[in-house]
Amino acid sequence: MGGAPNPDVIERMSDMDHDPHLDHARNELPEMDLHVRALRTVLEQKGYIDPATLDVLIDTYETKIGPRNGARVVARAWVDPIFRNWLLEDATAAIASLGYAGRQGEHMVAVENTESRHNLVVCTLCSCYPWPVLGLPPTWYKSAPYRARAVKDPRGVLADFGVTLPDSTEIRVWDSTAEIRYLVIPRRPPGTENLSEDQLASWVTRDSMVGTGLPKAPERP
Amino acid sequence: MIDYRSHADLGGKDGHGRVIPEPEGELFHARWERQALALTIAMGATGAWNLDMSRSARETLPDYRSLSYYERWIRALERLLIERELVRSDEIAAGRMLHPARPGLSVLRAAEVPATLAKGSPTWRPPAGPARFAAGQPVRLRAAAVTHHTRLPGYARGKIGHIEALRGVHVFADTHAQGLGEQPCWLYTIVFSGRELWGDEAARSHSVSIDAWEPYLEPVS
Repeated sequence: MGGAPNPDVIERMSDMDHDPHLDHARNELPEMDLHVRALRTVLEQKGYIDPATLDVLIDTYETKIGPRNGARVVARAWVDPIFRNWLLEDATAAIASLGYAGRQGEHMVAVENTESRHNLVVCTLCSCYPWPVLGLPPTWYKSAPYRARAVKDPRGVLADFGVTLPDSTEIRVWDSTAEIRYLVIPRRPPGTENLSEDQLASWVTRDSMVGTGLPKAPERP
Repeated sequence: MIDYRSHADLGGKDGHGRVIPEPEGELFHARWERQALALTIAMGATGAWNLDMSRSARETLPDYRSLSYYERWIRALERLLIERELVRSDEIAAGRMLHPARPGLSVLRAAEVPATLAKGSPTWRPPAGPARFAAGQPVRLRAAAVTHHTRLPGYARGKIGHIEALRGVHVFADTHAQGLGEQPCWLYTIVFSGRELWGDEAARSHSVSIDAWEPYLEPVS
């Protein structure tokens, strides 16, 4: 025996070495900045990309497509039972009626939290995420710790977010392994009966629509 | 490819540590990350490859585990460009065009961005025949490993679950990633008990679902 190292051992070792802060630690690498600039220049010179297109794409995901879209969907579902039923039956159409559709949300399914069931969404194979309603995925959603643990130890993951649920609550984890994208409809918090739809939307956090958080009162300025 | 190996199949793997939450407004951690996003979407829109090929290029990067999310995007983008001879590596090193561009690519223009994103790339296709399985039926997920891109996570291989929902007929990621065409097939949501997947160490009352194409499924007698 000997010679070739056992690949399983190597894999475990590299797992242990993995730093969950990787994205934060490596982000300011000046060589990546230069490298991406070089690539962009080549693609522009070849005529494969239009520089103005890049600006519009970045602006779209920084200012137009983000979790406030999803918050409006949830708030509407909270105040309008007909919309809620439509959302649970045909989420793609119900969400499109509010103007959100397309890339990485072509086939939507909405899953509703109840007293007895809490939903949590993950993509263990990459980082599939419902872009039209939640925008770009946060670092933790794309990270190895979340993708590894969500399916095996969802209560442990929730604890990392400061969320504890009663033992009697069933946790249902949705692994987004195909092109269906999932939106969690969190439970409407008690004491919000008199709030308007707009006010309610400000209670809906991004994390509550992935299942790693709960709605909460907006911070006062 | 006989030596196909994905480094992205993380579901259930131990040793990755805790999840680090992130505030809602944090989208990018360096300027080049914005460019990485925009370049990848703009080049994807040229039709030179499809999303499944893109995922396959990312998950097989030999240093996948040590790269941040947008580093993976850039490395995979370069790989796709070089494989298709759209760009050569000496050009990326030089930061300028050294060889003629390949004609015939459809360039995404800035004015087309909103409509292109709103349309997305739906994977639903009209059914050519009836579904083999029905809701409520138990099925076993294919146990054998495959030597190409697949969306069946390792933790579900050989496991028995129940069909919860039929999601219609969708482009089959496995063949689409290999350039073998769409070969659309029925897609199902399969739910597993935590105990079936993880044994007695599974948390109390938790279940996990995946979305699986019909070729992944075997009947359980």
